Amino acid sequence: MTKRRSLISLLSACLAITACATLGDGDASRVDLIRNRGELRCGVSGKIPGFSFLQRDGSYAGLDVDLCKAFAAAIVGNPSKVQYRPLTAPERFTALKTGEIDLLSRNTTFNLSRDASGGNGVSFAPVVFHDGQGLLVQRNSGIRSLKDLKGQSICVGSGTTTEQNLNDAFQSLGLPYKPIKYQDLNQVVAGYLQGRCQAMTSDRSQLASARSGFEQPEQHVILGDVLSKEPLAPLSSGRDQQLSDAMRWVVYALITAEEMGITQDNVGNKLQQAHDNPDLTKLRRFLGVEGDLGDKLGLSNDFVVNVIRATGNYGEIYNRHLGPDSAVPIPRGLNQLHRDGGVITAPPFQ
Amino acid sequence: MKRKRFPWLEIVLLIVVLTVVGVLVNNLAVNLIRTGLGLSFEWLWQPAGFALSEHTLPYQPRDSTAWALLVSWLNSLRVIACSIVLATVLGVGAGAARRSLNPLLRQLAALYVGLIRQIPLLLQLLFWYFVAFLGLPSEPMAPIGALISLSNQGVAILGLNLSVEFSAVLVGLSVFTGAAIAEVVRGGLDSVPKGQWEAFRSLGISELLGLKKVVLPQALPAILPALSSQYLNLAKNSTLAIAVGFADLYAVSDTAITQTGRAIEGFLILLLSFLALNLLINGGMQALNRIVVRPAQRT
Repeated sequence: MTKRRSLISLLSACLAITACATLGDGDASRVDLIRNRGELRCGVSGKIPGFSFLQRDGSYAGLDVDLCKAFAAAIVGNPSKVQYRPLTAPERFTALKTGEIDLLSRNTTFNLSRDASGGNGVSFAPVVFHDGQGLLVQRNSGIRSLKDLKGQSICVGSGTTTEQNLNDAFQSLGLPYKPIKYQDLNQVVAGYLQGRCQAMTSDRSQLASARSGFEQPEQHVILGDVLSKEPLAPLSSGRDQQLSDAMRWVVYALITAEEMGITQDNVGNKLQQAHDNPDLTKLRRFLGVEGDLGDKLGLSNDFVVNVIRATGNYGEIYNRHLGPDSAVPIPRGLNQLHRDGGVITAPPFQ
Repeated sequence: MKRKRFPWLEIVLLIVVLTVVGVLVNNLAVNLIRTGLGLSFEWLWQPAGFALSEHTLPYQPRDSTAWALLVSWLNSLRVIACSIVLATVLGVGAGAARRSLNPLLRQLAALYVGLIRQIPLLLQLLFWYFVAFLGLPSEPMAPIGALISLSNQGVAILGLNLSVEFSAVLVGLSVFTGAAIAEVVRGGLDSVPKGQWEAFRSLGISELLGLKKVVLPQALPAILPALSSQYLNLAKNSTLAIAVGFADLYAVSDTAITQTGRAIEGFLILLLSFLALNLLINGGMQALNRIVVRPAQRT
């Protein structure tokens, strides 16, 4: 027995060392893996109108989905080469960590525990939607603020930061409450509409998108109290610097394109201008006509052109899914460009 | 008596089992290192940071995660124990009714078993919760005076307050398992020769007394083993409580796992907790088996 045990431990030690060694090389980048596979595996929610939602024709649409398309356009060169994996909140990090998906674009809150190597150790791209947690109540319930919810039942989705924020807010005010936890948002909505809870809580964007599906949306109000800041961002497993960088700069490219007024419609013209006029150096660098910015990232040099052709700039994506004419109108607020009074900005492409 | 031979087969088997276990453990260890997770249970002693809608022991969000898990384990235990009692009453009743002389009782029991066994448990739980219990008015109604009060905020029986989530899981599990137990009971009753029934009926003994004194003592040895496996199923099925918002062990582990990111440790704890729970039920049933089945009847 002792011999056998030592043999096993010796064997496992050897395997562990080889595993570490092959990983340390870093020659097999996830970016190459995706390119060779010819398809990006993107984790989404699939249940939030405006962010990622299944359409009648079986395709997904939304802001999170457009980001998957942008990443695929940059890495594979084709925005339709995406395999979407609908994931629940508890599944998402495991799916990412085990390599089942390449990246996650699923309204995930960027915070320290998830980012740090001692926590989930994932790597976040820039924030694509600044959200905050809120509470939805019936208009005629007489509930106007958190204090009115003392001792009441609140419907909440389990396995998310939502649950923790709710607790932080009520605990700091010394208010008792009863969380009724469900596994997904649809059940939270059902429990709330059936009258099990006096309020339901989630990110304010999700409350707005859920309310858009109610029979009488005007009978429900989102309270003014904002329980948390929820910067939502796409993320990768954190083991591959090249992929993290690529994702970061694809998001920045979308933002920069909006700043420079480059849209899905005029990107062809802009490219022509860049080719024709050697003095437009900033535009030429951005679109990959000169310099080697794309190459440095391990992407094609004109990846920005591919991305904008696929999805348009950040403002176009936002308006398509969350703009005033969309099914889930959410005022842009913090998500406007910095020059328009929001917090969306990008470092220079230099 | 056969002479003892050298146990080649056992040794080979042992080596195979040990190798498989070794490979699995090694795989886990290698992958944990590779993904940078590593095994750690320190998070168990950190404050949980989430509230629980129901708890039998005092619990606050600042208590440790381990305490939250224990409290939720007790929630599971509570709903399982109550369901086992209720399911047994329902099952024995319906099983006996299927062999009753009253045709209406027989038909009703057959309808119950037929209907319930064809529908997945998850659907039934969602039905009981979202349609039956949450469909109740929000103002308590008392159909039989002060005995019972029903509303979609909670159920009170004789002053005992139950949450709607608990009630839905209790009713769902009991009704579902009751139908399976009814079949087990019917099978057991059928294993008693027809002559035994005719014998006590011809003596003018009442149905109930005959069942108790003549048929059941002979049917129980056939019923008990299948019954304990139904109880074990019930315990495992209780994890579906997560679908209807009941704070059972599985639901709370799920929350703890996402808040800490410790999936493997969380699942290990879940596995061990359910193992403990089912060993408890199994042990109880074996003790019962020893009492009920007389030594002479053992083969």
